[in-house]
Amino acid sequence: MGPFVPDIISSEMNLVVALLIGIGFGFMLEQAGFSSSRRLAGLFYGYDFTVLRVFFSAAITAMIGIMVLGYAGLLDTEAIYINPLWLWPAVVGGAIMGVGFILGGYCPGTSICAAAIGKIDALFFIVGIFGGVFVFAEMFPSFETFHFSSSFGPQRVYDALSMSPGVFSFVLIAFALIAFAVTEMIEKRVNPNAPSRAFHSRRHMIAAGVVLLVGAMLISLPDRKSRIIAAVSTTDYVNVHEVKFMSADELAFRIVDGEANVQVVDVRSAEEFKLLALPRSINVDVRGLFAKEWNRAFARRHVTKVVVADANAEAVTAYHVLEKLGYENIAVLDGGLERFKREILSGDSGTPDGLHAQDVAEFRASAGPEITRLIEAERNKPAPVEKKAKKVAGGC
Amino acid sequence: MMQTTETKYMNPYLAGFLLGIVLLLSIFITGRGLGASGAIKDGIVAIVGTVAPEHAAASPYYGPYIEQSHGHPLKSWLVFELIGVVIGAFVSGLVSDRLAFRSEGGPRIQNRTRWMFAIIGGALFGIGAQFARGCTSGAALSGMAVLSSAGFVTMMAIFGTGYLVAYFFRKLWI
Repeated sequence: MGPFVPDIISSEMNLVVALLIGIGFGFMLEQAGFSSSRRLAGLFYGYDFTVLRVFFSAAITAMIGIMVLGYAGLLDTEAIYINPLWLWPAVVGGAIMGVGFILGGYCPGTSICAAAIGKIDALFFIVGIFGGVFVFAEMFPSFETFHFSSSFGPQRVYDALSMSPGVFSFVLIAFALIAFAVTEMIEKRVNPNAPSRAFHSRRHMIAAGVVLLVGAMLISLPDRKSRIIAAVSTTDYVNVHEVKFMSADELAFRIVDGEANVQVVDVRSAEEFKLLALPRSINVDVRGLFAKEWNRAFARRHVTKVVVADANAEAVTAYHVLEKLGYENIAVLDGGLERFKREILSGDSGTPDGLHAQDVAEFRASAGPEITRLIEAERNKPAPVEKKAKKVAGGC
Repeated sequence: MMQTTETKYMNPYLAGFLLGIVLLLSIFITGRGLGASGAIKDGIVAIVGTVAPEHAAASPYYGPYIEQSHGHPLKSWLVFELIGVVIGAFVSGLVSDRLAFRSEGGPRIQNRTRWMFAIIGGALFGIGAQFARGCTSGAALSGMAVLSSAGFVTMMAIFGTGYLVAYFFRKLWI
């Protein structure tokens, strides 16, 4: 599952990848005509809308690709870099860049690309960027406060607009297609040699139709997590798929024994987990089970993953999700933590029945205080190192 | 006065689609999008760090970057990516026969004027990209692909302002 940095591709190797991706980026920018400042500036005067066409097509292609890869479970969309928003700095910075675009006729990426094929004006533009960054850095203390103001973090635009990702994508695609059509009309009116005069309009209409269809499909595309969780929660599914249970006694025994081959996976909320957590357990909610960061812990086959919740129902869902994700050797703590507390931790185990009632009662009497001690010891340990998913660094 | 290029470019929608595939590959493999201005910032950090190391280390802007990069600001993802851009664009210019030393601009301006405005425009982009944490490629394009608010805000600010001020500088281009 992507992204492959930093787990599979090392940071050194990543530089090679960067070079290769850069080659593709530069090649495509140049082929698109972005090495020509006159073409770029045409966007603002209506005689050439190439920038709009390339820019929106690229953004939409990548956006659809990310959603589809995420849906298919090939890309962990939580792990990719989302550039954080500082609202007013972004508006002001964007406005400054907008003026720079009109005056300079390039943006940084396109100027590099143009310089590579010998454009002299692009070289001057690049000199200007260096100067601008330098001036900014030297004057930084005077607008440091502003620079870090109105922070919204790595916010997604559909969350900001309270839309579903699918609906937002569809609206964006429809907007882009309308913009493509309108700007072709403007361009043809303004420029007798408009690039759009050469377009094969029937093929373009077909392509637009296909893209719109894909957009419509995105609306009904639930994200992979919701889809899998919903699928394993149906009564039909639960009735057909067997669940392995582990009794409170067995888990208690293995904990007391200090067995390394058991991993308690606590799927309750973080607040509940804070109040009471079994020794050496990890706290992951059901949606969190999908994250790449647990791959390594869950993939060890000889370790029994014991799912713990308050009651069986929640734990069973988590069990099925883990199974769906391909993990093996999973069990549900029978009766949940409620029963574990009652039978083991309370010290008042009631009267067990069965052949070995006496032994069980004795075991519980000794295991209860022992586990309570372990829980206390863990709680008093200096704050556990929080296992944070390695995030991809990014930014321009 | 100034010439325009009339060589054949790729169909823009197809070029955009393929560019989108490059961007998607970048996100799929490395978890991050494309960028450009960031590499120039790395360059400035490297230059200032070499010429005036004490000043750079003490600066609230350079300092953190020098620390992050373990003293090698040029050994960064974006710098390598930008070297790739130069190679890729050169190869494209070569196969499409567009390699030539020349300047481009509107029909009514001289080269000298064009160059002066190119420097000013570049400088504004350099400053603006620091505020917005990225330029057209890093903040706007890559940001839009991952549907970040920052990507859309930056995109609208760049192009919106472009349209607002275009009229006043029309002599540069038409």
